Amino acid sequence: MMHRALNRALIASALALTTSHVLAADKIKVGFMLPYSGTYAALGTAIENGFKLYVAEQGGKLGGRELEYFKVDDESNPAKASENANRLIKRDQVDVVIGTVHSGVAMALAKAAKSSDTTLIVTNAGADAITGAMCGPGIFRTSFSNWQPGYAMGPVAAAKGYKKAVTITWKYASGEEQMAGFRESFEKAGGTIVKDLTLPFPNVEFQSLLTEIASIKPDMVFAFFAGGGAVKFVQDYHASGLQKSIPLYGTGFLTDGTLPAQGDAAQGLLTTLHYADGLNTPRDNAFRAAYAKAYNNLQPDVYAVQGYDAAQLMQSGLTTVQGDISDKAKFRDAIRSATIDSPRGKFTLSAAGNPVQDFYLREVSGKENKVVDVAVKQLADPAKGCKL
Amino acid sequence: MGQRMNYARRLIPIAVLLALAAFPLSGNDYYIGLAIKIMIYAIFALSLQLLVGGAGLISLGHAAFFGIGAYAAALLSPESEAGGLLWLLAAALGSAAIYALITGALALRTRGVYFIMVTLAFSQMAYYVFHDTDIGGGSDGIYLYFRPQMSLAGWMPFDLENPGVYYLFVLVCLALTWGFLAMLGRSPFGAALTGIRLNEQRMRAAGYSTFPYKLTAYVIGATLAGLAGFLYALKDGFVTPELLTWEQSGLVLLMVILGGMHRLGGAVLGTVTLILLQELFQSQALFGDYAKHWHLPLGLTIIALVALLPNGLAGLPAQWRERRETRRGTSAAPHSSASTVPSSASAGTGPRADASRSRTASSSFAIASPTGTSNNAAAAQSLSIPGGPHA
Amino acid sequence: MDTSTFLIQCLNALQHGLLLFLVASGLTLIFGIMGIINLAHGSFYMIGAYMAFALNPLVERWLGGGFVTTLVLCLVLAIVLGYVLEAAFFSYLYRRDHLQQVLMTYGLILVFEEIRSLLVGNDVHGVPVPAWLAGSVPLGDILTYPVYRLFISAIGIGVAILLYWVLTRTRLGMMVRAGASNREMIGSLGIDINRLYRIVFAAGVALAALAGTIAAPVSSVYPGMGNSVLIMCFVVVVIGGIGSIRGAFLAAMLVGTVETFGQVLFPSAAGILVYVLMAVILLCKPEGLFKQG
Repeated sequence: MMHRALNRALIASALALTTSHVLAADKIKVGFMLPYSGTYAALGTAIENGFKLYVAEQGGKLGGRELEYFKVDDESNPAKASENANRLIKRDQVDVVIGTVHSGVAMALAKAAKSSDTTLIVTNAGADAITGAMCGPGIFRTSFSNWQPGYAMGPVAAAKGYKKAVTITWKYASGEEQMAGFRESFEKAGGTIVKDLTLPFPNVEFQSLLTEIASIKPDMVFAFFAGGGAVKFVQDYHASGLQKSIPLYGTGFLTDGTLPAQGDAAQGLLTTLHYADGLNTPRDNAFRAAYAKAYNNLQPDVYAVQGYDAAQLMQSGLTTVQGDISDKAKFRDAIRSATIDSPRGKFTLSAAGNPVQDFYLREVSGKENKVVDVAVKQLADPAKGCKL
Repeated sequence: MGQRMNYARRLIPIAVLLALAAFPLSGNDYYIGLAIKIMIYAIFALSLQLLVGGAGLISLGHAAFFGIGAYAAALLSPESEAGGLLWLLAAALGSAAIYALITGALALRTRGVYFIMVTLAFSQMAYYVFHDTDIGGGSDGIYLYFRPQMSLAGWMPFDLENPGVYYLFVLVCLALTWGFLAMLGRSPFGAALTGIRLNEQRMRAAGYSTFPYKLTAYVIGATLAGLAGFLYALKDGFVTPELLTWEQSGLVLLMVILGGMHRLGGAVLGTVTLILLQELFQSQALFGDYAKHWHLPLGLTIIALVALLPNGLAGLPAQWRERRETRRGTSAAPHSSASTVPSSASAGTGPRADASRSRTASSSFAIASPTGTSNNAAAAQSLSIPGGPHA
Repeated sequence: MDTSTFLIQCLNALQHGLLLFLVASGLTLIFGIMGIINLAHGSFYMIGAYMAFALNPLVERWLGGGFVTTLVLCLVLAIVLGYVLEAAFFSYLYRRDHLQQVLMTYGLILVFEEIRSLLVGNDVHGVPVPAWLAGSVPLGDILTYPVYRLFISAIGIGVAILLYWVLTRTRLGMMVRAGASNREMIGSLGIDINRLYRIVFAAGVALAALAGTIAAPVSSVYPGMGNSVLIMCFVVVVIGGIGSIRGAFLAAMLVGTVETFGQVLFPSAAGILVYVLMAVILLCKPEGLFKQG
């Protein structure tokens, strides 16, 4: 008897596992591969919120068709990335994948998307290779390549008269690529990088490295950290008193989404990113108002913008093919040649699929990253290794 | 009745393998991928079962060999064309074996919980080598672009890029591993290992030099784990240091224990169960929005299963039988008293009394096998910590 | 490296080691006395940190107190939590073998993490350093050392001395040490060993939670913080000798030094060095630095 009950339970669960959604044939399947747990969970939610906001503004449809959403929590874990990607691509058979935050996860996602010829819109991960060596006709990005925000700070630093810099970041692709971008433009403008300090990801014990910086005595420090690491680093840097003699600069992630936790420690920090607070354009103001209204007075951040623009990309493609997403070539060509009216400003996509956009210099003021200047206009990533 | 049971039991592995062979016909790409993952982890779990259930060596660092096999495959494969299958396989197995030889020779000098910790330390070392240095692309991992192919003087007997062929290849590896370990278990070597597990001092008194036996078992287990890692690298073409973490080692240990560590089939059963449970709890169809908190039901299930099934799932029929027999009043004396010393909730005058009794009398491995031999008197390596704290 | 930098790095190593000692002392007590391998020990550290984060605003609003009040409140809650956990779950682990303990506490980690996720969410949080500790002490010409980190070191040393005193000079300590070597004898002497275990377990949990609470202002409060501290904890406990507080102290100092200096001198090898240290020590002294009594 117990056996029978057990058998029934097993069969029920097996059925549940293989349940596929019985859906109307005219819904476009959109798959979100985002972190819904772990340190980047808030970023994942922001991206999804941004995407869905745009869809809501279009009356709930893109290209005249309704959407059906599938979600997978990638846990920002590259080791499980292929598997998670296959859940969306092979199990749920989505038409477009939207994601993700972590570069390592995105690389595996891009590989899976390319081998199954699924359209992928990357909404944050900055790994250069995604629109570089691993570029593909179906791979697009609405965020940035790691090289871009790093490169944007070089001219700014040189203009301020700094000659010797020390870089500090985590030892993984994101960090290394951002520092490489900074190195390129800073050295071109006559500066020198005296030392590159790294620590293994996601280590946050900075104390000994801060001591090292003090003994090197450079003109400035350029840093990339994100999430919890950014919070800790800014706090530690402030507590060490180095800021007075060795000013800290960074890419926007150092102060994006982390200001409430960083508090006073972050005031006055200058960073470069493709979005800022206080842009005060009609497009951005409308977007912010709509986002706050839709999501309980939550303020949007760069991640929400990236998700929002992913929906805009899809829309531009779908309008051209009149909703027929199965016409992949035409759909993708339309996206690639689109000009997106983004809250960050207008941008286009390079041939490799990466945004060509303005990079802003921002200063932390209160709880905002206020735009101070445009660091570099219409910056395009060199797309090393891309054969498109 | 015993003979019929044995006959039936011997058929089960064959039935499982046949079912797995027929599975790709179901057509769903995603679930075929899942089946491949199950088979690869089954090989991994079987390799650990040789250590835990065979030799009584609890290793919390077995993932290191899995990872080394995977990294060997990815690092040594050429970037723009397929590598040679035989030599890559040999390299993967060889590297895992060498690392096991060196670390095993050192680790086996410790016992009990210290052995667990030393194996953990060695796997952490391997993890940091791949994670922190430039050998393998660091924490981002590396890619394997083309599955290696076997070519004998220009002729390719099979093409691993073909998903169906790859599936069968993994299945054949599983079958060979299972068969090999079964044979090993029945050989004099296997008998010696069992003796060492039950009472090492007695074996030494009988004239066996136990160290070479344990080291050989350790190396064989590591080599097979390397095989699993090799196959894993080929599966998605992506290898990260996460494959070497202690969480992975813990996961595969769980698979072995959950399935029942005294039978080979237990490792396979445990693998299937754990992976399917993970899929189940992540399924949005069942849990909707709460699916993202799938670690919670998984953790609770793990606790419950380990608590309630000390013999694992494979030992469930025996456990039921014994419970039926004790309820019927038949005194199958060796069975009921000896069975599952840690779990007898009926006996005992409170947890502390049980604790002291079981700690002095038994050990981790004193779990009665269904054939009725009571092991708890013959306490093998006890993990109890002598003495207490001192400032 | 010049002298002042070297001295500052030593301070860093000391503070890092003392924090590690706080967490590891709890683990070695539980491990040594009750023989339980508890993989969920890192979760207590995490719980302490999240309590600091969650209770800080509440304490300010309702009790008008500051950091110290929060600290005391967190300690009290941790002791209660330890007491309850021991009675409800861990007491069943005594009659299980180490393997089952490992696996059941492995499941427990997952449970704790998800409960935390459900209750407090997954964001990264900061806890403000209390104003009276927020200053910096100048060391060398441009570097200043945060007073709060000195505070952490002070607490660590204080706890070490307290533990030593309790275990060697009080009746409770005597009972604890005796109970570990011979459980039945203690029971027959009329000492309630169940209650003793509960006290020890609660103390272990409290130590880990205390470490989390005081570390919260300097490390951010984030998911997964328990796991990163757990492994180091085990390394410290095993190097020091299971059950030895003295060993845990020495081992924590060793590990802190290796990690701090390793990070600066050999950044790629820093992670490996600690495990090399552990392997070397275990191969020379297979039961850790200090054997049990």
